[in-house]
Amino acid sequence: MSDTNTRIAEIVNSNDVVLFMKGTPLFPQCGFSSRAVAILDHLGVAYEGVDVLQDMEVRQGIKAFSDWPTIPQLYVKGEFVGGSDIMMEMYEAGELQQLMADNGVASAA
Amino acid sequence: MPMPAAEIEARIKAGLPDAVITLTDLAGDDNHWAAHVVSASFAGKTRVAQHKLVYAAIGDDMGGALHALQLTTGVPT
Repeated sequence: MSDTNTRIAEIVNSNDVVLFMKGTPLFPQCGFSSRAVAILDHLGVAYEGVDVLQDMEVRQGIKAFSDWPTIPQLYVKGEFVGGSDIMMEMYEAGELQQLMADNGVASAA
Repeated sequence: MPMPAAEIEARIKAGLPDAVITLTDLAGDDNHWAAHVVSASFAGKTRVAQHKLVYAAIGDDMGGALHALQLTTGVPT
C-alpha cells in the first residue's frame, strides 16, 4: 500500500499534468474518462495519461491517495484538482485554463 | 447492481438534510445518473470539498454499485 502511494506520488510529482483514467487518451474506456480527455485535448495541454485498468494497485491506491472514490482524477503540479465533473465546471468557468496558466503549463486555448 | 434513484436521493439526504437534489437519468437505463445537489453546507467550500461531502453521504458504494454519477453542486441563492 505505502509502495503504491510512493509510486503514485512519483507519478504526480514528475509530470506537470497527470490524468488517472480508464483506458488511454486515444482509447478511453469510460464516458467520464473520455470527457476528461476531451477537455484536456481542447485546452491543448500536454499531459500524462495513466490507465488504471492496467494496474490494479494504482486503480485502488489512487482512491486512497486523493480520498476520492472515482476515476478519472486530474492532478496539476502534484495537486489533486478533481474528477471530470469538476473539470467541466472549471473549464466552463475559465478556471481550468487559469489554473494551467498559474502553474506555468502551456496550453493552446 | 445499480443503485436506484430513490436510494441515491435518500443517502444524500441522510448526509445533507437540507439538500435539494435534482436527479436526471442520463441514458434512460436507470443506471447513469446526473445529480445536482444544492446545500447550505457547501458554502465557502471548494468544489472538491463539496463533492466529497456528497460522496461521503453516498458511502462506500460510490465508485462501486454507483459507478456513474455525474455530479454538480451549488449553494442556495
